[in-house]
Parts: sequence; structure tokens; C-alpha cells
Amino acid sequence: MSPRPPGAGLPEHPDRLWRNPDPKRRYEVVIVGGGGHGLATAHYLARDHGITDVAVLERGWLAGGNMARNTTIIRSNYLWDASAGIYEHALKLWEGLEEELDYPLLFSQRGVLNLAHSLQDVRDGMRRVEANRLNGVDAQWLDPDQVREVCPIINTAPDTRHPVLGATYQPRAGIAKHDHVAWGLARSADAAGIDLIQNCEVTGIEVRGGRATGVRTSLGPIAADRVALCAAGHSSVLAAMAGVELPLQSHPLQALVSELLEPVHPTVVMSNAVHVYVSQAHKGELVMGAGIDAYPAYTQRGAFHIIADQMAAALELFPVFARAHVLRTWGGIVDVTPDASPIIGRTPVDRLYLNCGWGTGGFKATPGVGSVLAHTIAYDEPHPLARPFHLDRFTTGALVDEHGAAAVAH
Amino acid sequence: MLLIPCPWCGPRDEAEFGYGGQAHVPYPQDPAALSDREWARYLFFRDNPKGPHAERWCHSAGCRRWFNAVRNTATNEVLAVYRVGEPRPVTG
Repeated sequence: MSPRPPGAGLPEHPDRLWRNPDPKRRYEVVIVGGGGHGLATAHYLARDHGITDVAVLERGWLAGGNMARNTTIIRSNYLWDASAGIYEHALKLWEGLEEELDYPLLFSQRGVLNLAHSLQDVRDGMRRVEANRLNGVDAQWLDPDQVREVCPIINTAPDTRHPVLGATYQPRAGIAKHDHVAWGLARSADAAGIDLIQNCEVTGIEVRGGRATGVRTSLGPIAADRVALCAAGHSSVLAAMAGVELPLQSHPLQALVSELLEPVHPTVVMSNAVHVYVSQAHKGELVMGAGIDAYPAYTQRGAFHIIADQMAAALELFPVFARAHVLRTWGGIVDVTPDASPIIGRTPVDRLYLNCGWGTGGFKATPGVGSVLAHTIAYDEPHPLARPFHLDRFTTGALVDEHGAAAVAH
Repeated sequence: MLLIPCPWCGPRDEAEFGYGGQAHVPYPQDPAALSDREWARYLFFRDNPKGPHAERWCHSAGCRRWFNAVRNTATNEVLAVYRVGEPRPVTG
């Protein structure tokens, strides 16, 4: 009797969550970019509009870009009506997404604190709380004692360099497990018959008579009636293939996790002034995000002094982190707009749709933008929630300036 | 951390420098004459190439002088540095 090969006693490979089909030569809709937004768009095209002749083309592996690199924070406490509209739409979808996808997303509504460290921060925060309430977004103003009740490990002593003077609090905010979100959406889209095609780089966009007619890819040409771009950091490069210029700058954005720790951090804490945002993953890592590196780059890595600054900021707020060790750091490429709001909708090229400019905060919008972009593609008409985010706003001047609520921290 | 060759001081750590955006973007000669589209282009649209990019840097913690650099945004390799007012050099 021959010896059993190594691994023969291991259980079978679990069921695959999606097929890996070869691309057809033609689809009704081609989505470029198999990250969270592309997968969500595919999911809602099938669910809400019955459009399943769809391919999602991904240059690398599914959800291996920013979907694998974000800090998983979900919230909707943005200042302006347009932003509250789309982010609250997303948050409402998050609240039913686990059930809808029948997949565990570890969606945890543990709340978010946005700290105020100066009188101007206090005024801005209170204004944002009122604006949120008018838009039906849950929001409260907390004084330092209430901040300590929500998150006892924050240093609220008055003698720190940036004392905590209060915070806005959105109890329905939280975190979710980013990989599970991508896998759940991918499984759902695949089950609807949508082709998820990995290792397929788009190298050109076919435009005939002012209308998008397909894409050229590393796996050959693929014709399409409609083409949607969901490529985050590479949006400028892709749009240029169709002759569309975008007001974007692509920057590295870094984050890090600590080693696994006992649960110490019950919520999500963000501070624009001290420049850090922190939560604790279910597994136990402290997850911290930094600001962007100053210069544009496509390198998916950043400089270590940014990480050092970020850890100094975290220690200022959380002295208890002093003995935690960094487990790993990484970077993604984020596409930043001049007003820190996304660009969604139609383009000067007929049947070519944009979804970009989410900068440092695209993860939280995943289901919201999926549903809104799917609507925009299905009707060739921007969803009402997408209208304020049209590319033309940079010409008309109708900006959605979310720098105060969004520029640093997401 | 990038190592950036200041044209006056030689190679120094990135932390000594400030990034100043795309180079060779002149203020419009007659701003009032621009259309909304042209003004938007000047105000909001900048190159965002994956590859060589001409950009301004200031050696703010060194000689405090501005200069231009051509940097490959895909690799962070600095291909050339040159002084303000000089044309963008041809890089390979």
C-alpha cells in the first residue's frame, strides 16, 4: 500500500463563493474595478433592475485594492444635505445588508465619536449635530464626561496639548469586516449570473461617435452597451482612455494595526485636530488610519514618518496604547477631489458612467453607491442622491465642501 | 521616506520638504476673460499621471527655496530636479 500523500486527510476545500468564468465577447454592462463599489454596483444591478448581463473586470484579485486596505469605518454624520443623503442611504442599506446577502459581515453599530479640541471644533461639531438631526441622521453632542462614559480609555484630562472639549456622537455608526462585505456581494452577484473576471486589466475604452461601446483588456476586447468606472485611485488613468479629464489627485493613504489585544476600545474615535482615527477590530487589533501622503503617487505605500506622526497622535489621545506593538502597516491609493466629495454620474461620453473621488472615505458608502450607481446605469439618468455629485459641479461652482467633516478622517 | 535631491543642498529626507503641487501652472493672464470651463480647469484640474510628473517642492526645513522635480508617480523615482523658471527637462 502506497503512503498517503500529505494533506490527504484534510477536509475538502470549502465551496467556492463565485465562479471564475472566461469573459464573453459582449455584455450589456461592463463595470471596471472589482472592489467594493464595483461588486456592490453589480449586486444592485441584479437585485433592483434585473440586469444580469454584466461583467465586473478586475485587474488584480477581487477586492484587493482599497477594499482590502481601509479602516472599515461606517458613518453618515456629514454636514451637507447632499452628503447626508448618500451616506445615510448607505447606512440604512448597511443595516439590512447581512440579511440581504445572507452572509456574516460582522457589522457592528458601536458608534463614532468625532472629538473637538478647540472652541472652533466645538462650534463646528454642534452645528454638524444640528444639521445631521435636520437630515434624520442620529447625532448627539457629548461633553467630556459623556465622552469618557462612551469611551473610558480616551485621555480627557484638561492639561493635554489638545484637550478633549467634547465630541459629536453617532450611535448608529460602526464598523464591518471589509473582506466579508466584498465576498458577500461577490457571491450574490455571481449567483445572479454576473461574471466576475479577475486578472483582467482594462487597457483602453472604445468610444464611437461620442458613445462608449466597450473596453480593450488584457484578455481581449469586450463590447458593452454601458461602461461604468469604479477604479478609485486609478480613475484618472482609466477616464483618460476615454478622453475624460477628472479633477482628481491620487495619493497614498496609510493605515496600521496593532497586535491582537483584549477588547479595550468600545467605539470608533476620530480626531481631525490630533489627526487619527481608531477602532478595535473584532479579532482584537487596534485599527488606525493616517492622513494621506502629501504628494500624488500610485505606489500603494507611503512614508514611515506619516505612520510615526499617526502613532504619536494616537498616544496623545490613548495613553493606554503606549505598550501596544505595531503588527503591520500598509497603504492604498485614494483619489481625492478638490471638495472632498465623490464624483458620480454620467460623463461627456455617452453611456460611460463615473464613480470616483471618494478619497479617504469610500468604504462606508459601499452599498449606497452600489445602489445609486446601478440606478444611474439602468436609467442612463443620475439617481436623485447622485445628482449633486456630478462632474459639472467643478464648473458651475456648486461644490459639496466636506473638508470640515471629512478631509482628514474617515 | 523619499530621498529628494535639492538642487542647492543635495539629497535630503522627504520630511525636510513641502510638496507644492503640479509645476508649470501659470496664473491666467486675464482671469476675467476666462469662461467658467477654463476657470474650472485652472482652479481644479491638475495632471494625475501614473508616470513622470512635473511638480514643485520647497526645501522648507533646509535652504527654504522652491524648485521643480520630475518624479515618477508609479515608482517614486526622482528623474530630474531643476530650478524655477527653467523648462521641464526631457526624462527617459
